[in-house]
Amino acid sequence: MLLIHCPWCGPREEVEFRCGGQGHIARPADAMDISDAEYARYLFMRTNPKGWHYERWNHVHGCRRWFNALRHTVTHEIRATYRPGEKKPPLPDGTT
Amino acid sequence: MKRYSIFSLARNALSHHEDWPQAWRSPEPKPAYDVIIVGGGGHGLATAYYLAKEHGISNVAVLEKGWLGGGNTGRNTTVIRSNYLWDESAHLYEKSLQLYEGLSQDLNFNIMLSQRGVVNLAHSEHDLRELSRRVHALRLNGIDSEVLSLDEVRRLIPILDCSPAARYPVLGASVQWRGGIARHDAVAWGFARAADARGVDIIQNCEVTGILRDGGRVTGVETTRGAIRAPKVGCVVAGHASVLAAMAGLSLPIESHPLQALVSEPIKPVLHTVVMSSAVHAYISQSDKGELVMGAGIDTWNSYAQRGSLPVVAHTVGAVCELFPIFGRVRMMRSWAGIVDICPDASPIISRTPVEGLYFNCGWGTGGFKATPGSGWVFAYTIARDEPHPLNAPFALERFSTGALIDEHGAAAVAH
Ligand SMILES: Cc1cc2nc3c(=O)[nH]c(=O)nc-3n(C[C@H](O)[C@H](O)[C@H](O)COP(=O)(O)OP(=O)(O)OC[C@H]3O[C@@H](n4cnc5c(N)ncnc54)[C@H](O)[C@@H]3O)c2cc1C
Ligand SMILES: [Zn+2]
Repeated sequence: MLLIHCPWCGPREEVEFRCGGQGHIARPADAMDISDAEYARYLFMRTNPKGWHYERWNHVHGCRRWFNALRHTVTHEIRATYRPGEKKPPLPDGTT
Repeated sequence: MKRYSIFSLARNALSHHEDWPQAWRSPEPKPAYDVIIVGGGGHGLATAYYLAKEHGISNVAVLEKGWLGGGNTGRNTTVIRSNYLWDESAHLYEKSLQLYEGLSQDLNFNIMLSQRGVVNLAHSEHDLRELSRRVHALRLNGIDSEVLSLDEVRRLIPILDCSPAARYPVLGASVQWRGGIARHDAVAWGFARAADARGVDIIQNCEVTGILRDGGRVTGVETTRGAIRAPKVGCVVAGHASVLAAMAGLSLPIESHPLQALVSEPIKPVLHTVVMSSAVHAYISQSDKGELVMGAGIDTWNSYAQRGSLPVVAHTVGAVCELFPIFGRVRMMRSWAGIVDICPDASPIISRTPVEGLYFNCGWGTGGFKATPGSGWVFAYTIARDEPHPLNAPFALERFSTGALIDEHGAAAVAH
């Protein structure tokens, strides 16, 4: 079970949260002009890495606010949680 | 291949079962094949078998990073059914169920198919209407399915709490009598043995680490046991689909999640059918050994770790105990997780890719065991002919750009 640090409420049990999947997906600014394939990439395609993952969480049974996290998908270690709009932290192993 | 029969069983009994031949070889990889299948789960082994049997392509290697069936094939709760709402899914899963019905004979391997019926419970008026709608849709597709009244449910499953005071009152159910369970390892082993007999090389402990390409064409794979060449490569790696896709510069609409299951200590026969409830997210059956086999839902976060959180299991066990108060004191023996490949529409991808000669079969998520023979059958066709069979044409990657999704999330009742 995960102990998750809500950037507003502090450390709370996993059952209070819901994972919202991959984070930092920007909606295409020119959505009307891009091809269906490009729009599908935005809407459906996911990196789904085996390793560090930037993702969104919602503190559904707490403050109900969204935030971002950097978590490892094999060890489940949560390296950082941060508020929307804040810059994403670098990947721990030095890659980008 | 030495055929298994009552006579070979008797003959081998005389030598205390010490002289059975190996069920399949463990050859060294050759430098090149006509087709490479990545992933030695049920789907990959079935693909290799049907490539040899239906299309005469037997110069095939199945590369498995661990041991045969050690992925979701050996971790699932083995519910088999074809009662999917949408036409595309109904046809595909029904093809698979029909192959299952003849599979023990075809493979000369007892896969212990037990068509004991799969019951889906309704707990509200809305559930009941949804179930009836699905039953009618199924019958239009020629698939056996009926609605059961509360009385019929009570008679069929006496240990189910059908009282009006139950926490999850039962209003009725639907049933597919041809549904049931099978022995998961036997499905993997049966396909492995039959594929091997037709000349397929099954290579375990061989992890694919790269996909070799020349221009836009696949030329082989890099593995922990060296490079192996082939003009066609089919990837059937379930939860690791995105990892393999990334090796070829592709991305997929898939996220990998842990899915957990658990079994109890063995008890005397008490439940002779499969019972599922999507409203409370629990399903249960009793194995031939007497264990109660239960499946939970997925954890909401991505993971490749083959373990999930306890609250997810606790939720399912709580629901099972409400439905079956008699199980309240049964002790649980083991729990585990597999990594399932979830697609946004809860339907699989069986498809060519933008890389010529590279094919993907993935996205079966929480419910692909029932599809094992059918999936291998259509995937073999797709690889052999470089075009989809009409049964899997709707399941191409392109549906995510065209918008023709096959949305089984709500429609398929329970996700297994
Ligand atoms: C707990 C649980 C319960 C389930 N219950 C049901 C159910 O009741 N009914 C149902 O129909 N379905 C169920 N499923 C889903 C079902 O198990 C799967 O959809 C199905 O077994 C997938 O088969 P597969 O052969 O594609 O995958 P797998 O059996 O997972 O095989 C994929 C193989 O690929 C290998 N691999 C991965 N990466 C590489 C690499 N780089 N190189 C070489 N090999 C690699 C893996 O080691 C693995 O053996 C359940 C799943 C789980 C986890
Ligand atoms: Zn909070």
